[in-house]
Amino acid sequence: MHSPVLLRRRQAPALDLKAYLASGGLEGLRRARAIGPEATVAIVTESGLVGRGGAGFPTGRKWDSVRTAADPERYFVLNADESEPGTFKDRVMIETDPFLVLEGVLIASYAIAATRAYIYVRGEYHEAAELLQRCAAELAAAGELEGIGPGGRSLAVEIRHGGGAYICGEETALFRSIEGYRGEPMSKPPFPTVAGLFRKPTAINNVETIANVPDILARGALWLRSLGTERSPGIKLFSVSGHVTRPGVYELPFGVPLGELLELAGARSDLQAVLLGGAAGTFVFPGDFDMPLSYEGAQGRGATLGSGALIAFDHETSLWRVAERLGSFFAHESCGQCVPCRVGTRRQHEMLLALAEGRGTGSERELLVRLSQVMTDASICGLGQTASTAVRSLIDAEAKGLLAV
Amino acid sequence: MGMADTFQILIDGHEAIAHEGETILEVLRRQQVETPTLCTHEHLTPAKACRACVVELKGSRALVASCERKAEPGMEVGTGSERVQNARCGVFELLLSQNDVTTAPSLVAQAADLGADPARYRGERYEKGLHDDNQLYVRDYDKCILCYRCVEACGPDVQNTFALTVSGRGFEAGIAAGFGESLTDSACVFCGNCVAVCPTGALMDRREHTMRAQGRWDEERYDVVQTTCSYCGVGCQLELHVDRLSNEIVKVTSPMDHAITHGFLCVKGRYGYSFVEAGRE
Repeated sequence: MHSPVLLRRRQAPALDLKAYLASGGLEGLRRARAIGPEATVAIVTESGLVGRGGAGFPTGRKWDSVRTAADPERYFVLNADESEPGTFKDRVMIETDPFLVLEGVLIASYAIAATRAYIYVRGEYHEAAELLQRCAAELAAAGELEGIGPGGRSLAVEIRHGGGAYICGEETALFRSIEGYRGEPMSKPPFPTVAGLFRKPTAINNVETIANVPDILARGALWLRSLGTERSPGIKLFSVSGHVTRPGVYELPFGVPLGELLELAGARSDLQAVLLGGAAGTFVFPGDFDMPLSYEGAQGRGATLGSGALIAFDHETSLWRVAERLGSFFAHESCGQCVPCRVGTRRQHEMLLALAEGRGTGSERELLVRLSQVMTDASICGLGQTASTAVRSLIDAEAKGLLAV
Repeated sequence: MGMADTFQILIDGHEAIAHEGETILEVLRRQQVETPTLCTHEHLTPAKACRACVVELKGSRALVASCERKAEPGMEVGTGSERVQNARCGVFELLLSQNDVTTAPSLVAQAADLGADPARYRGERYEKGLHDDNQLYVRDYDKCILCYRCVEACGPDVQNTFALTVSGRGFEAGIAAGFGESLTDSACVFCGNCVAVCPTGALMDRREHTMRAQGRWDEERYDVVQTTCSYCGVGCQLELHVDRLSNEIVKVTSPMDHAITHGFLCVKGRYGYSFVEAGRE
């Protein structure tokens, strides 16, 4: 049985600095300060930590690009704009252990010599934002921000409320939002590490990624590698919802079979499928419930862990209706900038609605696949590029006769 | 330009010379590789919004907008694959399923060249309506493909007026003046530079709009007369579009390649021409 690391303070959340220090807090930060930025980045790189927001980019490599950038003006951004349907781990993470998240922010900012740290919190997460604000103020009052900034200066930590749009969680749109513009994604390259927020070198990490950092520093790089699998070292938070009796956030080492997590969450025995990876994820059917929950395990089955969202559906659920709701979500959340996504998500939703309501004319599936290719290939950002992933997986599953309704 | 400023890239397997700072699209055009475009404009920041000009780029998972992406030494660009054709064609088919394209001949012609099927996608069309709120130009947003050209021309690329912006999102996204105000209540200075760059006729001078509505617009009848604007000392070149039968000026533009205007004018140059006809019998 895995004993929780990220969620270890779940039973007794440390909501003030005193409680946090009493339970071993800030040990990672002290270690980082003792060994310096370069060694701090090296430890994170060695640990094998990759981004938990969905893309899985090596965190240490990201930090090192910013650390070694020529421009002295650079930023750290914490992406707490959690908006993927079925994903609520970052909110639980912040509300359970806000100081652990902030400690990670301080270590990252110190490691890259950030001139300022921004925490971009989903607009609807009022409590999480207020909590972070209060805890950051407490850290500042205790002098813990002194010497974190470049040249031994104090670090300014700024909490920003999200723009109320899914697209603002896309890193480049998030930058635009912080800058005061409409949240629209920009092309990559240039990547954020080269030209991110205010066109300056920027390291941006997901909440869960950053929550791993204090323990990596305190316990060493090998500690993370002692958990999980060889290719997916460490632990993962999973947000489980749908037809389960114990929905919630589960912390597991990578590699635990999907079925085991479903059992922990009290899934009903007549599950038809789970949607793994959120709205941009894929449907996984019982034949694949032995899938190890690791990056390589999911990839081996043509699935993706995404942000670790898992929504379970029983036999009575119409998965076409589920797909229609996902289609509605993407059509609503498309920023409207590029044609494939703006018009494509609308056309996709219209066809899914026809199928869900039994009004299909027989041509929808073929057209959905054709449209999916256009959206995946030609959209500017990940939203349009993955808005049809679940639909494609549903069409494939239907062809294999896996749908119950 | 010395040799140091040029390098080679591969286009569909053939070597091509690119200059430092050039976009892939600029290289494609010089190589006469036909590339559809809608939103890009020679004097505006690439909006990379329409995705008509996408190409394959070795090492890139998704297709990239050639109008925006700068050429780099050793790049391998592909334009001929089925994947590229399918994406480009899809862009036009999606637009045809959304917009009124009756005043967008270039869009229609490019769609036909790509073999786009106007009936491929069916569904809700734009019904954003006609905004007829001033004396100088009319906005018909059923024709708007959201290319961002007007926003950029109104903003930092040309006019620095910032009257136009994008509002709403997804299918409901559209161009708005101010916070959804009428143009006369917005910051608009009626330079008409947005009209000059609109690729679909969504923005149209009032006179042209009225004449089209009356069935009187006939480009065959119009001569283009070059002159210099007489309002101030800048010396903007004007093209007066004159009806050779009635001797009326029906429209004023400026050449996009003119060294002073780059095609852009002010309200007086573009719209202040009725004095020419004053007192005429």
